[in-house]
Amino acid sequence: MLKTFPKGGIHPPENKITSFKAIKRLPAPKTVYVPISQHIGIPSEIVVVRKEKVKIGQIIAKSGGYISSNIHSPVAGTVTKLDKFFDSSGYKKQCIVIRTDPKDQTNFESADLPLQTEIKLSAKEILQHITDFGIVGLGGATFPSHVKLNVKKDNNIDCLIINGVECEPYLTADHRLMLEKAEEIVVGIKILMFALHINKAIIGIENNKKNAIENFKELTNNDDKIHVAAVRVKYPQGSEKQLIRALLKREVPKNGLPIDVGVIVHNVGTIFAIYQAVQHNIPLTERVVTVTGKKIKNPANFWVRIGTPIIDLINEVGGLPEGTRKIVNGGPMMGKAIKNTDVPITKGTSGILVISEDEAERRKAKNCIRCGECVFVCPMGLEPHLLMNLTEKRLYEKAYNEDIMTCIECGSCSYVCPSHRPLLDYIRFGKSIIKNLEIIKV
Amino acid sequence: MSKEPIIISASPHVHSDRTSKKLMYDVVIALVPAFLVSIYVFGIGALIVTSVAVISCLLFEYLIQKFLLRTDVTISDGSALITGILLAFNLPSNLPIWMIIVGSLVAIGIAKMSFGGLGFNIFNPALVGRVFLLISFPVQMTMWPTAFENQIKIADAVTGATPLGVIKEGLQFGETMTDLSTKIPSNIDMLFGFTGGSLGEMSVIALLIGGLFLILRKVITWHIPVIMLLTIALMTGIFWMINPEQYANPLIHLLSGGAVIGAFFMATDLVTSPMTKKGMVIFALGIGLITVVIRLFGAYPEGVSFAILIMNAFVPLINKFFKPRRFGSRIKSTII
Amino acid sequence: MSTSIIYSVLLLASLGIIAAIVLYVISKKFYVYEDPLITEVEEILPAANCAGCGSPGCRSFAEKLVNTEDISDLFCPVGGNDVMKSIAELLGKEVAEKDPTVAVLLCKGSCDMRPKTTQFQGPDSCAISAMVFSGETDCQYGCLGKGDCVDACLFDAMYMDKNTGLPVIITDKCTSCGACVEACPKDIIEMRPKNKRDLKIYVGCMNEEKGGIAKKACAVACIGCSKCFDICPKDAITMENNLAYIDPYLCTLCRKCVDICPTHSIIETNFPPKKVKAIVEPLKISNDA
Repeated sequence: MLKTFPKGGIHPPENKITSFKAIKRLPAPKTVYVPISQHIGIPSEIVVVRKEKVKIGQIIAKSGGYISSNIHSPVAGTVTKLDKFFDSSGYKKQCIVIRTDPKDQTNFESADLPLQTEIKLSAKEILQHITDFGIVGLGGATFPSHVKLNVKKDNNIDCLIINGVECEPYLTADHRLMLEKAEEIVVGIKILMFALHINKAIIGIENNKKNAIENFKELTNNDDKIHVAAVRVKYPQGSEKQLIRALLKREVPKNGLPIDVGVIVHNVGTIFAIYQAVQHNIPLTERVVTVTGKKIKNPANFWVRIGTPIIDLINEVGGLPEGTRKIVNGGPMMGKAIKNTDVPITKGTSGILVISEDEAERRKAKNCIRCGECVFVCPMGLEPHLLMNLTEKRLYEKAYNEDIMTCIECGSCSYVCPSHRPLLDYIRFGKSIIKNLEIIKV
Repeated sequence: MSKEPIIISASPHVHSDRTSKKLMYDVVIALVPAFLVSIYVFGIGALIVTSVAVISCLLFEYLIQKFLLRTDVTISDGSALITGILLAFNLPSNLPIWMIIVGSLVAIGIAKMSFGGLGFNIFNPALVGRVFLLISFPVQMTMWPTAFENQIKIADAVTGATPLGVIKEGLQFGETMTDLSTKIPSNIDMLFGFTGGSLGEMSVIALLIGGLFLILRKVITWHIPVIMLLTIALMTGIFWMINPEQYANPLIHLLSGGAVIGAFFMATDLVTSPMTKKGMVIFALGIGLITVVIRLFGAYPEGVSFAILIMNAFVPLINKFFKPRRFGSRIKSTII
Repeated sequence: MSTSIIYSVLLLASLGIIAAIVLYVISKKFYVYEDPLITEVEEILPAANCAGCGSPGCRSFAEKLVNTEDISDLFCPVGGNDVMKSIAELLGKEVAEKDPTVAVLLCKGSCDMRPKTTQFQGPDSCAISAMVFSGETDCQYGCLGKGDCVDACLFDAMYMDKNTGLPVIITDKCTSCGACVEACPKDIIEMRPKNKRDLKIYVGCMNEEKGGIAKKACAVACIGCSKCFDICPKDAITMENNLAYIDPYLCTLCRKCVDICPTHSIIETNFPPKKVKAIVEPLKISNDA
């Protein structure tokens, strides 16, 4: 019996059509649109001016506070505009537009550097590198990594969990990364374990990625500190709290963080970015993106520079298919539908999913038949039907007392509802209202 | 780019194929075996009662939605169809047609639509209709046509009591179970449904097939039927062990009357049953206990429908007090 | 026979006496002193319980009025000056006089002026739609058209115009309680003074984008050209973020800005129609669109 979290969860069709496609590196795009708020927290502050020449990896926006992150130029070129453009939030956000210099050779150099296993830096320097090189969580939440790694002594961290679950259907970015950069990831894990003085690390991988599991098992054969654990294929296994529960049987308390149960969780992509930053001094300017969809001609995984417009990627896989009705930034369960194809790739974009008309339409909501399916699948033990009802009636205080704030927005309830009710829409709305009301005290 | 504009909606962007319509029609399919047996046993009367109940339920729902509430007509969602079938299954096969129509009106009009339609009703509509008829027309509702003797007759059917009725009456007149066991059909006959009774409730085996189908299709979970039947068996078993001459054995209680149809089709009604597994267990326990109390000590020989209705009333409370365990609920937070 | 009558009369009478005693004792024991003024003030208030004054209901507003020393910054928008004046007389306190205001919609982006480029699917609510994205059109400041303001209005003073896709405010019914302003996630409803005969001039656009982008998204957007700013004789117009704003207290309703606006994004209400303009305007708009 494979490990998993005990309550709830669903198993949507996996549709991982790109899991055998090696990650391709794209040529540098002509123009990049780098938003200054690619992470959770305060937007970064722009430190370049118009017409300024920038090099690859040069800081173009400085961290705006503690929960914030540096942003580096993904290309060498000239800053042409500082203006607002649509990003994946559906709103226009401040972006730095850089035109790539076609003559600059650094734009076309391969970033595949030789493996470097020896850790030369001290623990403090490692953490400084992670802060300076703009590392954020690449699993999708884009939480600045240095905040997560800022461990106090009384936290008693005893385990580092590497999240290679990738439970979202369609997406294969982490899977390919684990196959192609496994050695680097193992070094990255060692770096973190060294920097934080942790003696145990577990790589959690969903059982539908058997080759990645084998791969890591071979690599960590002689290491009794790093374990590889296969977990059952179940959504949302990749959620931090669920993964900790599955691997360690520890439950993160309500309103708590993994750190409260002595665990730090990082995505494999983040670990690779940390490796790059610490061992090669390369800032986070590119990431793996899966471009996929049932009607796409050649779905693929790419190394993409941050700021590349999505249309460039879609052209690369054979253009937008006829009858496209929805383009999603991220996976089908938690991704955001985007307004047009000019939206840039950001640090948090793990995939682009193109949905055609037969699946794009939302079905009409009908009466709740009180089947309780949403209650059964909720991994957080909530009652989505109740929360939706309370939010609809504006009984926010009651909704708060029903633990609406612990919802992880995985979408399982909306997925299973046989009456197609917009459960998560309302829950999310209620959460945002309650957040603004500032009535919460832990 | 296509001519139609791009759709923006909040996540999730995929949806499971289960729809409430599919769930409803699964229930209808699950009721087919019992229906076939009832036609075999009661003949044309079963067909007439069922079709009248179904048609009048659909019609009343249509009329109420179209002209009274002026909302969208949703008779195709299958819920009124199920109400009709279940109502018919709880009636004797020679019931006058106007009574069936009255029962349907009560079921759809009072028990379902007046609460706000599908999903808002507190009580199982079919059972409300049945209990209404049972209380209003006790004579007609307890004249059960006997098996196989009335297949082509509608009027002047040969009638008799149900096994539970025979036992209840016999015990009241001081007979013992040993005397009575000769008067009721054999267990095998009751298993297959070759006995008098309501249309659809007699054939245990056909109902079990339907119930298993529902469990396999994940329309219902095993909790309610299994626990409810176990409770009935256990309770009647205790009394039977105390005094086998005064109390029928558990097998008779399980095989006769509405225990099985109630357990698999009435108590599990999605709308009127609790929404958590814990709640379902409590709910099923309650039904089992009340059924046994009514059957052994009450005035009616049969108690399943009353038991389910009584427990239906407790469902909101059960939902309130038996919530799923919240993830990470050790530390409490407060609101000010 | 007669004894049963006597018994029942006696029984009922004694029950009544017992109940009366219990009620009397309880009402004495749990008596809470309340200023009778509060009830009097409450009777003057319009009893709409709209919360437009900031208090949750008329009763609590009355308490506030009675208990606060200085009530000059408290105002019942529904009752207006008359109600406040009579309250002031009753309480012997000073109240501020305010011009009556009404809600106006700062968006002219109807369906044909502001084409939809995307389609939203989800609950019919502006607030939820605004959480997902900026709106179905390319303008990220304008009306979302889902009618949260109409739902919020307690006085039936708003309705959605099906042709334009925008809410319409019925000025006569508007009590300026501010519920729609609260409900609108885009903040495009403003309270403006009613003036005489409900004459108002205001810029019907909130788009802060540069002219070209704004114009591309919406034919009647304010493009920030400053023509109205230049022509205004009273300096009532300010330009900020590529957007003109007309200060209602400085504006003398001369209508010069209305005529000069190249995109017709300035709205005038209840003015007598100008003969020439009535012919020109529709033509020009259809050219723009």
